[in-house]
Amino acid sequence: MMHNPEFAIRAAGLRKCFGSITAVDDLNLDVTPGEIFGLVGPDGAGKTTTMRMLCGILHPDAGSAEVAGFDVRRDPEAVKRRIGYMPQRFSLYGDLTVAENLFFFANIYQVPREERLRKEAEVLAFSRLAPFRTRQAQYLSGGMKQKLALACTLIHTPSVLFLDEPTTGVDPVSRRDFWRILYDLVKAGVTIFVSTPYMDEAERCNRIALVNRGRVAICDTPEGLKARMRGEMWEVVADSARQAKMALASVPAVRGTQVFGDRLHVMIEGDGEAAIHMALQRAGVTAAGVRRIAPGLEDVFISLFSEQSDE
Amino acid sequence: MLQRIIMIIWKEFVQISRDPRMLGVVIVLPIFMLLLYGYAINLDVKHVRLAVYDQDGSQASRELVGAFTRSQYFDMAVQAWDERAVTQALDAGKARVALIIPATYSADLARGRRATVQVLVDGSDSTTASTAIGYLAGIVQSQNLQVSLQTLERAGQPVEHRARFWYNPELRSTNFIIPGLIAVILMMLAALLTSVTVVRERERGTIESLVVSPVMPFELMLGKLIPYVIIAFFDVLLVLTVGVFVFHIPFVGSVLLVLALSTLFVAAALGIGLLVSTVAPNQQVAMLTAVMATQLPTVLLSGFIFPISSMPHAIQLFTNIIPAAHFIRILRGIVLKGNGLAELWAPSLFLLVLGMVMLAASSARFKKTL
Repeated sequence: MMHNPEFAIRAAGLRKCFGSITAVDDLNLDVTPGEIFGLVGPDGAGKTTTMRMLCGILHPDAGSAEVAGFDVRRDPEAVKRRIGYMPQRFSLYGDLTVAENLFFFANIYQVPREERLRKEAEVLAFSRLAPFRTRQAQYLSGGMKQKLALACTLIHTPSVLFLDEPTTGVDPVSRRDFWRILYDLVKAGVTIFVSTPYMDEAERCNRIALVNRGRVAICDTPEGLKARMRGEMWEVVADSARQAKMALASVPAVRGTQVFGDRLHVMIEGDGEAAIHMALQRAGVTAAGVRRIAPGLEDVFISLFSEQSDE
Repeated sequence: MLQRIIMIIWKEFVQISRDPRMLGVVIVLPIFMLLLYGYAINLDVKHVRLAVYDQDGSQASRELVGAFTRSQYFDMAVQAWDERAVTQALDAGKARVALIIPATYSADLARGRRATVQVLVDGSDSTTASTAIGYLAGIVQSQNLQVSLQTLERAGQPVEHRARFWYNPELRSTNFIIPGLIAVILMMLAALLTSVTVVRERERGTIESLVVSPVMPFELMLGKLIPYVIIAFFDVLLVLTVGVFVFHIPFVGSVLLVLALSTLFVAAALGIGLLVSTVAPNQQVAMLTAVMATQLPTVLLSGFIFPISSMPHAIQLFTNIIPAAHFIRILRGIVLKGNGLAELWAPSLFLLVLGMVMLAASSARFKKTL
């Protein structure tokens, strides 16, 4: 039976409580086939819980979800056969070698022999793990472990891939490698659902959902999200970014400030430049430069969530 | 389904082969326990110190004393000349058993009357006491028989009457202990082996890969059980070999039947360990639970040392759910008596059913969610 669903993932009103804590609360999502969808939010926002419910390994307390055309509550096993899930924690067998892990999962998913050999060669090639075939997984570096985990989740050619913070604790080079692989997969028609706390990674997604306290705060393309920001983003380079921050905190038009080393990002409404210069002068802070910048996702994120917590 | 079960079996074997501690548990532990307990638990009573007060002093009375001291069960420790000396010897612990032969002993025998001897036993160690009484009775009886036989022959009625112990003719306690010990060791070892298998997946996080995969709980449980049945079968061979060649237990019955029914037993014990593993929160608790849940009931309630027939009725009923009680019945039955399935189908069926129930319960306990 071929399923050609309109959505790769569709969640409506998902809720999950652990005791008195509501981890996911009325969460709604639509992910179209073939896109990279990012679930972005701080730790404890409910990203992992959401992902586990979508994978059919955690029962939602309320709401419904469909993944790859199957209902995760009614038919979780059908969902499991069509997805790949890479948990946040390394969950392969450390005492099995790279090749043995691939062999094991290929057979658990009943991949036919010829296809298995072809896929093994393929995933070993793109993950550049071929030289380490006979090494036990526990002796791989962090980046290689993640690539092996990805390789194992791809061995049965899933149509939807769930990646829970796949690059946390991975060096920048391996991260770039990792994303290169993801783009290749999307080209091959795989839908990727990835959670991340990193903004630079979020910017690589086609669409992102910002989650906070178990709810989707906003869902849009990275560009769309940035365009939603009220006001302008200014960067102030000062000897003491902290002093500058304090000087600007009292200005009514300033909606938020964020220190990045010796620089300060200021979000401001109205005539930003004049207000910033005035405030710095009054406080006696010398600024080496004040310039308008395009807001990054991080700025959007912080401004959105600080607005929410103000409410 | 078969492919996935085979993969789980293969994976478990690869993991076991890379864990050197496992080899220690599988090979060293059973041999160590069998040797240690096999030599330590010895209920045979030998060289009991004997005090003798022979008031008769005749040839017949000396023969009786000789019958005692010639056996390896009694050593002449005190030769007493009055009753006070006998009491003193017992009080001071110089003798555990005292034999008092009355002055009329030889005269009674000569007249064909019932001769009586008095035996005093130090009952403070009741096990030794009761065993010693058993030997005493045997020796006295054989003396009596000899005497009465002589009498009967004179009357022209040659009757031979001899009491024989079947199945364990020398009443060696090792023959009784070792099969029980084998059951105790296999029970504990098997439950220990599987007790960590599922909880380890949980601790290491590999459970997440498994629950999101198409593998079904029953496939996982069976795939985890089978490798350990094979390993435990190896242990069955190991302990039986040690039992036969080190402790010289006679092997009357079918070796194949012992191996087949031992496999049923270890499978049931492994199933208990597996069920523990699906419930326990971590490996330490799992191992502790497995040992506690198997060793104590097995040692106390299986008939290993304490005969089930002398337990209160309610506890006798309770021993029916102790797998080792059934297995000891099987093992003693085959090894010492040469029983076959005709006599042993009931305990065998129990072990088979128990194993299947444990497998089903473990599969039901294992949820494919986190």
